[in-house]
Amino acid sequence: MSGSPIRSRISALLLVAPLFLFLAAFFVWPLVMMMTVSVTDGTVRAVLPETASAIVEWDGAGVPPKAVQDALVADLRTPTDQMAFGDAVRRLNSEASGFRTLLGRTASAVRETPPDQPVDLAVLDKRWGEANYWQALQRAMPSYTDRNLLAAIDLKRDTGGSIVADASANRIIMLRTFTIAALVTLICAAIGLPYAMIAAASTGWVRNVMLLAVLLPLWTSLLVRTASWVILLQNEGLINKALMTIGIVDQPLQLIFNRTGVVIAMTHVLLPFMVLPIYSVLLGIPRNLMPAASSLGASRLRAFRYVLLPMALPGVLSGSLLVFMVALGYYITPALVGGAEDQMISSVIAFFATGTANWGMAGALGLILLVTTTALYLVYGRLSRSPNMVGA
Amino acid sequence: MAPFIHFDQVTKSFGPLRVVDKLDLQVAKGEFLSLLGPSGSGKTTILMMLAGFEHPSNGAIWLDGTRIENLPSHKRNMGVVFQNYALFPHMTVAENVAFPLIMRGVGKAEAVERVTRALDMVRLSHLKERRPAQLSGGQQQRVALTRALVFEPTVVLMDEPLGALDKQLREHMQLELRDLHRKLGLTVIFVTHDQSEALTMSDRIAVFNAGRIEQLDTPEGIYDRPRTRFVAEFIGETNLFEGVVKKVADGIADVALDNGVLVRAAIIAPVEIGSPILASVRPERVHLQSEAGSANVIPVTIADNVYQGDHLRTHLSGPGLDLVAKVQRRVPVGPVGSTAFACFEPSECTLIAPSVAP
Repeated sequence: MSGSPIRSRISALLLVAPLFLFLAAFFVWPLVMMMTVSVTDGTVRAVLPETASAIVEWDGAGVPPKAVQDALVADLRTPTDQMAFGDAVRRLNSEASGFRTLLGRTASAVRETPPDQPVDLAVLDKRWGEANYWQALQRAMPSYTDRNLLAAIDLKRDTGGSIVADASANRIIMLRTFTIAALVTLICAAIGLPYAMIAAASTGWVRNVMLLAVLLPLWTSLLVRTASWVILLQNEGLINKALMTIGIVDQPLQLIFNRTGVVIAMTHVLLPFMVLPIYSVLLGIPRNLMPAASSLGASRLRAFRYVLLPMALPGVLSGSLLVFMVALGYYITPALVGGAEDQMISSVIAFFATGTANWGMAGALGLILLVTTTALYLVYGRLSRSPNMVGA
Repeated sequence: MAPFIHFDQVTKSFGPLRVVDKLDLQVAKGEFLSLLGPSGSGKTTILMMLAGFEHPSNGAIWLDGTRIENLPSHKRNMGVVFQNYALFPHMTVAENVAFPLIMRGVGKAEAVERVTRALDMVRLSHLKERRPAQLSGGQQQRVALTRALVFEPTVVLMDEPLGALDKQLREHMQLELRDLHRKLGLTVIFVTHDQSEALTMSDRIAVFNAGRIEQLDTPEGIYDRPRTRFVAEFIGETNLFEGVVKKVADGIADVALDNGVLVRAAIIAPVEIGSPILASVRPERVHLQSEAGSANVIPVTIADNVYQGDHLRTHLSGPGLDLVAKVQRRVPVGPVGSTAFACFEPSECTLIAPSVAP
């Protein structure tokens, strides 16, 4: 006897609940946090709440009205957490240099003044008579900011608030990341397609050995595999020794700590993600299609071009997508076998996240990566849906 | 005149297994030849050798005076219809049919015109933009056939093309294929394990067993005058009696069966007096009578009556032999346990030399 519909529905929900909770806790929530942290900017606002609400009204010309100045004085009088104040000062200093000394001096001066006595900021420090410090203060006030996102693509807002170029290498590194990922994907496809074709066409132990050769690296630690490439590719390594012994080269080739090493090691690590989808697609292709093409007058090459290749293409596409997506996030391999010019965006993100604790920048770079990847995925979805036609 | 297709002492082995054994087979131009046999009898291998997907281990294959056994399949100009149609799933119907034309460098305009004409012929023009997966089995079958015919091949090879269709559609397609063969004057080699299919369509049938031809004859010859025990038992159903030839006179042989009954049979191949022989009678040739008639009469008891719709299958037990009769419904049959006489004409009884095992 099955229970009532409601009860069975509840038990069904209970069964999928762990999955939903897992996804929510370990995927959705971190993603949302990452996006939030990249656009949040509340440090100055938290320390100077009254100034924040007062300065909104100001039109940005000349010196703000007395009310704003009084609000700032009131805020500075209020004792705050030293750490939060430090953060706010750092944030303001990045908008306009000199804020560190300005705010520090003003704060101590304000606190030394008795509460009932008015403070004239311009007298305290003549820099308060200049518009750009007030403007910087106003720019730093909103709870949300686009400065991390802009910085992630080498842009910033100038004092007037318009977007201008910023001197930074993020774009180059992002471009390099995509170039390396694309190169690795291409090489994987070039090796993976013939490999999968031979594996799918062979039988018995040959097929098993070929599949094992693909799967074995998947079961080995990434670090171990990368380290073994160091052993193979270094100047005194197996490959250079072999090449010099048979006399192809006199000098050892520089195969490691440069782009070549990164591409070789990443291709090796990612090849299974290319071979396996192609292989499974090829297995699904009826065996008699190639003989059929041949009987209809197609030479081996044309049968491949018009029948096997179009039918294997979905496998190549999904393999490419997998390889490309995984390659974009590569971090250990470029760090171990690459040179300074081969570091990918992940290492920049790691630098911001763990090196400087700038979670805003780390989140912004991650967000840019996510958006570009999603865009590429959508393009892929469109491509893989369009039919492949032959002639007529 | 030289035969159009000639298998000259062709042998094909896979490792130690000899699948085709010294095959000698000649096919005339415009002929519809069926290769009929149980699975594993080598018939498909023969077709694959003709198509160029397999190569003979020994012997020669001639097509219209040219040796072709080493010619690659894409240069043989033969239309092949595969068991599961082998339509290209990523192409539309029209693209599938156009494929052989494009491979032959036919211009686009001409290709479109020929595809349209060919699809019209099988009444599929309205489906030409569909993918194979969107078609029914019968429609896929017709597309595969059209694709194999559109480039006007010299020979059409078919490997159990109707096997996946249901019975009604299969019978319909058999007639359609036969008409197409007659209309276009095609040379067709048709592989099947379905005897009724072979009997319906063929000019001649080659019955295969274990890599050898048991009998190569017209459908009537195969059915009415089987020459080996295998053919008699594989094609249709038959009653076989073992005996010895006693007398030969006026084209009629007297055969003494092992149980003592004397059977008279028409001679179609020379027989020797005293030699052991098999007598074969088709169940539908056996009549049940209440009194002994002329020719061959065997007194029997009705063991079982099986209702088959259009006829009654009657199992009879006689003196030391069992036989089966197919009785038309309008003929009255006694109840189980009653006695009758099983009769058949000498002309409807075939003599078969006991096979020397191949």
